[in-house]
Order: sequence, then C-alpha cells, then structure tokens
Amino acid sequence: MAARIEFLEEIPYFSELSPADQEDFRQYTFEKCFSRNELIIIEGEPSETLYFLASGAVKTFKVSPEGKEQILRILRPGDALNDVAVLDGGPNYASAQAMGPVIVCGILSSDLGILLAGRPTIALKIIRILAERVRQFVSLVEDLSFRDVSSRVAKLLLQYADTEADSQKKMASLTPRLTQYEMAAMIGTAREVVGRSLRFLEAEGIIRIERHRIIIVDYEALKRRSDERLLR
Amino acid sequence: MARMPIICHEQCTGCGVCIAVCAPHILVLRNNIVSFIEEPQECNYCAQCEAVCSTGAILCPYEIVTASTAKYTEHAPNL
Repeated sequence: MAARIEFLEEIPYFSELSPADQEDFRQYTFEKCFSRNELIIIEGEPSETLYFLASGAVKTFKVSPEGKEQILRILRPGDALNDVAVLDGGPNYASAQAMGPVIVCGILSSDLGILLAGRPTIALKIIRILAERVRQFVSLVEDLSFRDVSSRVAKLLLQYADTEADSQKKMASLTPRLTQYEMAAMIGTAREVVGRSLRFLEAEGIIRIERHRIIIVDYEALKRRSDERLLR
Repeated sequence: MARMPIICHEQCTGCGVCIAVCAPHILVLRNNIVSFIEEPQECNYCAQCEAVCSTGAILCPYEIVTASTAKYTEHAPNL
C-alpha cells in the first residue's frame, strides 16, 4: 500500500514538491509498522530502502564492544532513518530502534534515484538536511568533550521540552518521553548519574519531578546551567 | 488513573529483582512474568524497578515540559 499523503507532506525532503510531484512520489512509497523495541535499521548492514518516520519516535544509536549504548538522535515524524547509507551506498553507521509503536514510509533507493533525477530542488533540500545533521553531530561531540554531565542534562531537558504552542495544538506531548537510561545513553553517561543530576536540579528549584513528568520551573536558570562549560 | 511504568512482557525473564526493590509492593510474578497487582495506586514512579531490570523489560519514561506547558500534558495518553 502506498504511503498516505499526509505522511509525505510531513517529510522535509519532499515538503517543497508540487502536489502533482508528491502524488508521483507517493506511488513509489509504502508503509511499514514496527512495535516498541523492534530494530528497523541494523548498524553495518547495507540499506536498499530509505525509511522516513511517519509516526512515533525512533532512536538511532551505536553500541560499544562492552555493550554501552550511545544514542545519536531521537527521530521525530518526518525524519529520515538511514539517508546517509542510502545516499553514499555504504553500510548503516548506526542502528535504529522503535521507542513505541511506529509507522515508517519506505522508498527503494533505486526508485529514489529515478524520482530525484530532474528535481534539483529536492537535491538542494537534501544537502541542507545533511548539513544540519553535521551541525547536530558537531554539537554532540562538543557536549561530550566540553560539558560536564549536569550541563549536558540541562541541555537535553531544554532540547526535549514540549513547547506551549505544540501542546496547545495537539493537547498532548509531541516530544518523545525519555527514560533515565535513554537520557544517559544520549549524553554519554550512566543512568545513576542522570538520576543524581535530576535530583540536584530539583533541589536547586530549577526543575520539579512530578511522577512521570519533569517540569522545567526556572527556564533561565536551566539555560544558564546548560551553557556552563568545563574549564580544562 | 496515574501513569504507570511500562512492562514489556516479552522481555521479562521473571528474575523477580524488581519485585524485591519495589517499596510499595505493587509488582508480582504471574506465570513467571512480572505484572502489577490489581489496584496499583501506591506506585510512586520511583523508577527503581527500571533501574534494576537487566533486560530493559520495565520502562519509566518521563515527559519533559515547561511549567506553562504542564497543564496541557497532564492527562496525555499512555502510549
């Protein structure tokens, strides 16, 4: 079954296509469902299909030989899961796993090549998206190298906090819910350290932990904390 | 009903460590798989069960919201 048009409209790669072109693309796409914890992409394997997230949340991650997980990105609807491997023809640089029920749109890389031919606006869009990805990874390297854990936790909370506008629109959280383990895997530390940092921020009155919610009480103080760098 | 930790039954090995650390005693083993008791209102979402689970079968996810957003997400569905 071809992917629903409303999913394609959310994909930045194709957002500037005319309705006719979008319909043309749609004919080459299909939908696939995954349940929580299912692996969608496996590190080191080739990708013959480009997947975009249509609904739900997906994490991309790498695992060290000792089994330690480093989350690279949490993907939201519209994000591509494996564009680098599809575009350069190499193996997947990370795995992708569903964080809950997920629907993805797929398009065979051979079909993608046909569809991209003669559509330079999409090629430019892809370059912009990949450039943005480089910025994200540089930011991750900077965080892991120059920020202490408390600063990284603060930055993560700011990054994943629901905005009021989002919440008013959907009456529910749009951003993925994160476990302390996932937070730790995103900022390169242990779960216990994240727990301690959260309790510390709570003791300072910057956040409040209310059962399943972390509420940012003092946004400016959290921002100041996130801007702190390690002096080396 | 208050948001509860998520139990992935297919990943549970029935080791029972989570039951041992659960302060309000709301977890039990049923058919060698961990489950909540009938009316687990006592859960305080301390996330100790998640911390000790070696297979990742218990998840205690958090929403991150600003104070002004909190009112909108209070009753969001538990997906």
